[in-house]
Amino acid sequence: MAEVSDYIMEEGEYPDPLERPELTPGAMEGLKSLRAKPEHQKALGFPGELVDNWEEVAVNKMGELLGKYRSLQVYLDSCVKCGACTDKCHYYLGTGDPKNMPVARQDLLRSVYRRYFTFSGKYFPKLVGARDMNKEVLDEWYSYFHQCSQCRRCSVFCPYGIDTAEVSMAAREIMDSVGVGQKYCNEIIGKVYKLGNNLGLPKKAIESTLEGLEEELEEETGLKIRMPVDEPGAEILLITPSADLFAEPHIQGLMGYAKVFHEAGVSWTLSSYASEAANFGMFIGSYENMREVSLRIRKAAEDLGVKRIVFGECGHAWRVGYSFLNTLAGPFDFLDPRYPVPQHICEFTYAMMQEGRLRFDKSKNDEYRLTYHDSCNVARGARMGDIPGGQFEIPRAILRASCNHFFDMAEDTIKESTFCCGGGGGILTDDLMDIRVKGASPRMKALQQVHEEHGVTHMAAICAICKAQFAKVMPKFGFDMEAILSVHQMVANAIVMTGSIQEKELEEKAKGAVAEESAAEGQAA
Amino acid sequence: MLTGIYAILFYVATILLVVGLAYRIRLYWNTPAPLKIPTTPAPITEAGVAFRLAREVVLFESLFKANKWIWVFGWLFHFGLLVVLIRHLRYFINPVPDLLAMMQPYGVYAAFAMVAGLIGLWARRFLVPRVRYISSPSDHLMLALLVGIGLSGLAMKFIAHTDIVAVKAFFIGLMTFNWQPLPADPVLLIHLTLVAVLMMIFPYSKLLHGVGLFFSPTRNQADNPRERRHLAPWAAKLETGGRSK
Ligand code: HEM
Ligand code: HEM
Ligand code: SF4
Ligand code: SF4
Repeated sequence: MAEVSDYIMEEGEYPDPLERPELTPGAMEGLKSLRAKPEHQKALGFPGELVDNWEEVAVNKMGELLGKYRSLQVYLDSCVKCGACTDKCHYYLGTGDPKNMPVARQDLLRSVYRRYFTFSGKYFPKLVGARDMNKEVLDEWYSYFHQCSQCRRCSVFCPYGIDTAEVSMAAREIMDSVGVGQKYCNEIIGKVYKLGNNLGLPKKAIESTLEGLEEELEEETGLKIRMPVDEPGAEILLITPSADLFAEPHIQGLMGYAKVFHEAGVSWTLSSYASEAANFGMFIGSYENMREVSLRIRKAAEDLGVKRIVFGECGHAWRVGYSFLNTLAGPFDFLDPRYPVPQHICEFTYAMMQEGRLRFDKSKNDEYRLTYHDSCNVARGARMGDIPGGQFEIPRAILRASCNHFFDMAEDTIKESTFCCGGGGGILTDDLMDIRVKGASPRMKALQQVHEEHGVTHMAAICAICKAQFAKVMPKFGFDMEAILSVHQMVANAIVMTGSIQEKELEEKAKGAVAEESAAEGQAA
Repeated sequence: MLTGIYAILFYVATILLVVGLAYRIRLYWNTPAPLKIPTTPAPITEAGVAFRLAREVVLFESLFKANKWIWVFGWLFHFGLLVVLIRHLRYFINPVPDLLAMMQPYGVYAAFAMVAGLIGLWARRFLVPRVRYISSPSDHLMLALLVGIGLSGLAMKFIAHTDIVAVKAFFIGLMTFNWQPLPADPVLLIHLTLVAVLMMIFPYSKLLHGVGLFFSPTRNQADNPRERRHLAPWAAKLETGGRSK
């Protein structure tokens, strides 16, 4: 692993986030994520260890997936090796390892596809680069398909929209089906089945955290802002990443949601049964597991009798929520049809702003010079609001409303071209720290640019993984670990709630200003 | 003898092309896309999707965002190819429509554009290390094949003329099962052999990308998952408690 100091950026440094590294074959070959233990595998319905005739099982599984997913079939056939995607992956940019170029990553699987499923690969394997399924190939898959965060940056630039995430998901599902799973993802999904969330927080722990937060909010605002869990009959079921109950800066975001709900005058509740927004079933490409996790949300909504479902700040969760939930666990005809299912907390807050029902004191955020990191799965796999691209405009509108100093990073590193934080898609584990740091470097360089240009000090995000990843890797680049913020943390800081201490302060200040002004006028006269 | 060989060659090539294409299109058509995965921001309506696909086909929009060199060469090649192919229709249609006759003079420029684009793309496979890394022998051979077709065609136009009227008679004869002799010019025979090879590998290789684009879920889906469920038949089985397999 490289020394920490290798990545530190000095004051005055102005690096290019898109700079292409020299090709360094094999650079990341040795990095392997920890293997799932038999019990992790079995909890999800996968074999515990490498099965005997695994080559055959793997090829059969590939055949099955080719019949179930048109994306896989079309993408394996269609790539012309034009090379347009080669410099688009943050893991390639950060490592120089050619197998982290999206097309080369696909080729790890495509070579096997060709061998067993195409005429040319069966009879002229050398000509088209086809390979037998063997241990070496499997090892390579295990390394490099766990160095893809399924961020879909490559698919934006491919002339046919070939999405390497689809290929990674298929590869992971094939590996799981022969007994070679990844510990991080599979253990976590097991925890969701047992306790309802990724962190394995039991209901008691959730309750006591929320009580603590309610007290904090009351002390700060003078208002009784509620943060309930498992409250039947609440209007809104909030589905949020469990990190929001536990980690910084996530928790400040959660307090922001509570303030907005309170100001809106709607009742809401968390569910201990579905106390997780993230759905790692997507990371391992397993429709069945993704569906199982999604059905928990449906059940919670039915059991609690809510009318709406709102998702908190979580990137991959929002992709599953926005794009898949209705398909996986719908139809949600028992909910209030006036609202989309699910709704994003940013959509909720933005709607309140549009109606003029939120007041902000932007000066409360004057200590921040802020930029915004578009989380990959929100940017390229989902939407907010009624128009395409709402996922870019709505969070920015919220930030601009709650803070005075906002600056975007370079255009080719944000919105649909945004970089993954480096920790998405099942990579956010300590055993993959090397690739996490290297994969974060393009984003960090873009941040350094706006730091130089506009004195930007902080970056906000709407994804639990982004927040956890940046809090960990930012110091390695010379930024403060607290430089990463939640979007609703900015809301929480600036919001002036009806009847709150902040509102009174603001009124005092306004009166004071008027008094001063008239005093000044009196002197002049 | 020669006429017989080429006649059979083109019948076989045509059958392989048509059957292969039909098989692939049917396969793509019948394989479900179980989830909504358009690369967003994506159009919300079907009309928007059609417009997005049209931009990809005509302008290579995503490629333009990605890499200007590939775009320039790729677009020169494909647009040249298109005009050349349209121009070639005169060998198969009798009488030649006025519009087709009118565009004949421009065909030559298109042929040069096509070959220039191909050479640019091929050069990248040698000069750019990233692209060299991902190139396999078949990628080079396909470019060689197309360059070969282009150069042999240009050679007929400018150096070793052939009897176009006889070529046309031969192909019309093929289509009406009334065989006519094929001129035995070596360059023509090379041109035609390469074309037959192209037709035969087309549906079984990456050359199918043009078809793939229309079936690519990241490009051909409308962004409306909250409004509409998108249940694949195999996924629907899960809902009734069955297994997907
Ligand atoms: C709807 C039709 C088609 C579309 C939208 C399309 C689009 C593209 C695009 C965007 C590329 C990548 C950029 C480039 O290398 O040019 C490409 C590559 C290529 N296309 Fe097409 N194409 C179509 C039809 C065809 C046909 C009919 C042929 C051949 C007879 C063909 C042959 C090729 C070849 C050989 C390459 C690879 C070039 C290389 O090796 O770099 N394409 N196509
Ligand atoms: C059965 C199909 C084909 C036949 C009978 C055919 C025949 C010919 C003939 C007779 C010429 C000479 C034209 C002249 O002297 O004015 C020619 C030129 C040419 N052919 Fe073909 N060809 C066929 C398919 C193709 C295909 C598929 C391509 C491209 C991939 C192609 C590319 C060219 C080019 C670039 C030229 C030179 C420019 C031009 O005259 O248009 N040909 N072809
Ligand atoms: S999906 Fe993201 S991480 Fe995976 S290959 Fe594409 S750009 Fe890289
Ligand atoms: S951009 Fe698409 S077609 Fe080109 S090499 Fe990459 S995956 Fe293949």
